[in-house]
Amino acid sequence: MATVQLKSVEKAYAGHKVIHGVDLEIRDREFMVFVGPSGCGKSTLLRMIAGLEEITGGDLLIDGTRANDVSPDRRGLAMVFQSYALYPHMTVADNMGFALKLAKVPEAERNAKVAAAAKILKLEDYLDRKPKALSGGQRQRVAIGRAIVRAPKVFLFDEPLSNLDAALRVQMRIELARLHKELDATMIYVTHDQVEAMTLADRIVVLNAGKIEQVGRPLELYERPRNLFVAGFLGSPKMNFVETAVQSADATGVTVGLPGGHSIKIAAKPARVAKGDRVTLGVRAEHLVVDPAGALVGRADVVEHLGGEVLAYVDIGGSMVVAKLPGHDRIVVGDPVSLAIRDGGAILFDAKGEAMPALGA
Amino acid sequence: MTATVPLPATPAAKGGGRAVRTLPFIAPSVAVLLVWMIVPLAMTLWFSFQRYNLLNPFLTGFAGVENYQYLFEDPALWSALANTLLLVGWVLVSTVVLGTLFAVLFDQDFFGRGVARLFVIAPFFVMPTVSALIWKNLLMHPVNGFFAYVSRSLGLPVIDWFTNIPLTAIIVMVAWQWVPFATLILLTAIQSLDRDQMEAARMDGAKSIALFRYIIVPHLMRPIAIVVMIETLFLLSIFAEILVTTSGGPGVATTNLTYLIYVRALLEFDVGGASAGGVVAIILANIIAFFLIRTIARNLTA
Repeated sequence: MATVQLKSVEKAYAGHKVIHGVDLEIRDREFMVFVGPSGCGKSTLLRMIAGLEEITGGDLLIDGTRANDVSPDRRGLAMVFQSYALYPHMTVADNMGFALKLAKVPEAERNAKVAAAAKILKLEDYLDRKPKALSGGQRQRVAIGRAIVRAPKVFLFDEPLSNLDAALRVQMRIELARLHKELDATMIYVTHDQVEAMTLADRIVVLNAGKIEQVGRPLELYERPRNLFVAGFLGSPKMNFVETAVQSADATGVTVGLPGGHSIKIAAKPARVAKGDRVTLGVRAEHLVVDPAGALVGRADVVEHLGGEVLAYVDIGGSMVVAKLPGHDRIVVGDPVSLAIRDGGAILFDAKGEAMPALGA
Repeated sequence: MTATVPLPATPAAKGGGRAVRTLPFIAPSVAVLLVWMIVPLAMTLWFSFQRYNLLNPFLTGFAGVENYQYLFEDPALWSALANTLLLVGWVLVSTVVLGTLFAVLFDQDFFGRGVARLFVIAPFFVMPTVSALIWKNLLMHPVNGFFAYVSRSLGLPVIDWFTNIPLTAIIVMVAWQWVPFATLILLTAIQSLDRDQMEAARMDGAKSIALFRYIIVPHLMRPIAIVVMIETLFLLSIFAEILVTTSGGPGVATTNLTYLIYVRALLEFDVGGASAGGVVAIILANIIAFFLIRTIARNLTA
């Protein structure tokens, strides 16, 4: 059992607030990912949980007990740092066993635990090496091993993959997912990479400017973002936003205008808007399909052939939308394109940037 | 018949290296350095085998090993060697230990840290002669000195530093001068220690002492080796402090090799004997340098 609860947790540096009252409950054995742009406070939040930063206000509960004033090593957490933070003068085995050595664990038991962790991470052949003699991926694994050896209640990861090259990152991502299953532990993971967030998380916390924007399962966040920020942050390519105005709103949906004179009806609850209100139409690239009768009409401005798919950036009179088309599409720059939105593929955001609920919801 | 197709020659096979002759470019500086080093060395060696005494200009000619024989039969040489090693050794130990502690202390954040750092560095800027005079007359003087005043107010016996424990007095003085250097180097070294590493150690449960022993000290090993090497170079030739305070005495209690050579050359005017002493000093310095550089080289590659 290991749960972490944050109750209106705040952080201020010399009166300047950087975390504004975060409420969050991390469940037992959950893989929770904090994601957000740089400077949003996700690392600070993690370091507050770790005990490396003081909590200015609110409560941190680990397994139900208040841990605000418990020293970092007694919180039962282990952290993997972005820079790995390995001890350069110690061998891999000593690095991994350092916490146990300080805790005065007998040597035989210590060695057994280190060996077990090394086995999980396939580091058995490197135990006598110094960190300098290891590759980036191996160092990363040692840093994880150092955490595993302590058998913590909660693993904390602070952007652990951002120092690795792209290929290795994908590989380590898969290993981390496997590790989570194998260790069956609660993990909190900070990243700015939304692909890592989407693939690893049980639940994602999207943070922006020290506040939680939305918490939820990855697909839930992807398909039903609560606001413009979450919608724009998750997904690659970025969700298309078209600024427009309401033409009519009734019980069957909301009709909005489009550049080029067309209009389109979205099945959203009309409650919060009236005719003439500014709204933003959000459509993901994969929800746009080529359709001669489509409402979005324009010319292909940039075309990226990625093999399996084609990203077509279409200028629809003032704003640019990107459509993800099948890989065999031979569209070229300058082609006239008409795009239609798949059913259920559009979201309307009101003037405050909040998503409007769908009709059925 | 089979035709042979030659493979394209690789650039390396064509004698890849730089085609420019570098000798003419480095020759001038090498020549200057050689002259700079070799001439004094050769002259010292030459004089050490000559009968050359300024008091008796008629006594000249090749002396053979006479100068050396005279030197090695003189008990003053052995005590000077011992004093040199004691002085260097104890100053190294105290400056490295105190320097490490000060470095850790001044790395902490506290009110007035900037001023405190300035004060701890200050002794380094005091001229050796001035510092020797201050230590001799204001601090260690048995009658007027501050230490004597403290002892008397506590009812303890007064120590006459330069009479009873002269070498210790000099070691204290020189160490005071060199602690700032060690502190400075080690402080910058501590500041280059990866903060993530410290935090990782804190999460691993390392409290202050364990943090110091397992993280900070290993990190400082290399800079400490540098401090030891640089200080040794300077400490082997300590002179001003001895001249100002004890003039090598009482007896030869504070005569180190440098001072012995000075006495031979400029008080006894025996240039030949002094040169022999100089050669011994060169050999000693080289032996020490050999071991130092070997350990440091190992430290740098490890």
